[in-house]
Amino acid sequence: MTISKLRQQLVAGETTPAAILNNLAGEISARDGQTGAYLSYNLEAALAEAANADLSLPLGGIPIAIKDNINVLGQPCTCGSKFLENFISPYDATVIRKLRAAGAIPFGRMNQDEFAMGSSTENSALQITRNPHDPARIPGGSSGGSAAAVADFTAIASLGSDTGGSIRQPASHCGVVGLKPSYGRVSRYGLVAFASSLDQIGPLTQTVEDAALILQAIAGGDPLDSTCLDAPVPDYLSGLNDGVKGLKLGIPKEYFGEGIDPGVRKNVEAAIQALAAQGAEIVPISLPHTEHAVATYYVIAPAEASSNLSRFDGIRYGHRAANPSDILDLYQKSREQGFGPEVKRRIILGTYVLSSGYYDAYYTRAQKVRTLIRRDFETAFAQVDAILSPVAPSPARKIGGSSNDPLHEYLSDIFTLAANLAGIPGISIPCGTTDFDGGKNLPVGLQILAPHLGEAKLLRIAKAAEIKS
Amino acid sequence: MSQSHIDVRYVAKLARLELTDDEVATFQPQLEAILGHVEALSKLDVSGIDPTAHAGAVFGKMRDDVPHESLTQAAMLQNAPDQAQGQIRVPKVVTDA
Repeated sequence: MTISKLRQQLVAGETTPAAILNNLAGEISARDGQTGAYLSYNLEAALAEAANADLSLPLGGIPIAIKDNINVLGQPCTCGSKFLENFISPYDATVIRKLRAAGAIPFGRMNQDEFAMGSSTENSALQITRNPHDPARIPGGSSGGSAAAVADFTAIASLGSDTGGSIRQPASHCGVVGLKPSYGRVSRYGLVAFASSLDQIGPLTQTVEDAALILQAIAGGDPLDSTCLDAPVPDYLSGLNDGVKGLKLGIPKEYFGEGIDPGVRKNVEAAIQALAAQGAEIVPISLPHTEHAVATYYVIAPAEASSNLSRFDGIRYGHRAANPSDILDLYQKSREQGFGPEVKRRIILGTYVLSSGYYDAYYTRAQKVRTLIRRDFETAFAQVDAILSPVAPSPARKIGGSSNDPLHEYLSDIFTLAANLAGIPGISIPCGTTDFDGGKNLPVGLQILAPHLGEAKLLRIAKAAEIKS
Repeated sequence: MSQSHIDVRYVAKLARLELTDDEVATFQPQLEAILGHVEALSKLDVSGIDPTAHAGAVFGKMRDDVPHESLTQAAMLQNAPDQAQGQIRVPKVVTDA
């Protein structure tokens, strides 16, 4: 059931917010034991909010599941980490305040890779999440719980966070819509920081219209996040059905090279043809620095993470090691015991590239290549309205398939992380299914990228692609 | 750049991370493989290119200097692993010389 349909039923008096919540709780009990998308949920708290829901608001009475790195007052916020296993949020993130102002009810804490580091949700220290389309497979990540619940119909919609593809890639693997807004479009106040120059919060939904509804509610300036833009928030819904006639859509040759699964290629190309049939002009383009995106990202993101995660020291909140010999021992043991392997790898990598003697060779150089990647997109968007590509080189792999080869896992982020480096918005929408590695009918995602703050056009193109594929 | 060599234990110490021998043995080749991939950046000509720290950065944005409610002492202490008399308690930091 979509937000827009439920809203019609709520306004018509055919259902109530409490009925929707109770129904979801039933679905969770029935299926989430296998899927494992929810880390926790508090039905009583949600029902109390539901009793006062203002149905006249745009999201009035609609429950939204929240990734477990976004703070909701009084609820857990584990970030999928043992370090924060017992943490209870003392405040609301701005997106939560805005969702509530639009009438929505935050309901459920969704599993994720630890501190959003990963593309499979296997790096959660707390539980496994399975892909509802094939329980032997990953849901993608890091917002794997947020995507799996929407695909499993145990959530109407959810919020995730995207630092290098962590909304779009799990959306693609689970066959749902996932939107990463432009850098600065949505406040990150109350999002546990991973890489501050890259992180954005966005919705995962059944439909493009639902993604537009949520973005409408959460976008806009925030005095509590100095990177959040005051630019006016346009009406994302009014032009949603305007179609793609006359729009120029760029196809970057670097995103269709070797290494793409044939089934992914076939589905994405069919989606492109469907947009062409609706009157879009398909334009071959080049993003020449694409091959350097992974290397650039895996310098910058770990560098920022190593700095951000220094706050987890065992002093003010989170895990504290027992019986430390001194304060240094307390820091080192608390972090050793509290963090999982992927988080440690990235902290070490980030600390290394920022360390004296290596800073310029790695970090400054990566920032310069980031400029080149950004310019690639500026050049492209002088020619085209948006860019189309696959979200991931292949459909969801099996659980446990990449655990000892982090570089291989990083390379699979190739199509999503450039958007974070450039600060532009991107969306993943379902574009059919394919068989892959013994799996049947696995979802494939089409990625659409637009210029900075171009969400309205992005959603309009996504809506057109959604109808025809 | 170096030949992708990284002293994992030393860097972990800089990051205030204690590692087991097994972790060092696991991370060493993994991190060297990642740094080996990153080496490709050194072949690009970036002379005259400005670094990008933030995509679409906002500079010097200030909010109005007006008092507003902030978190209470109780809220700030609710997650503290150890506390006493309204304060967070830590092991002795200053030692006798």
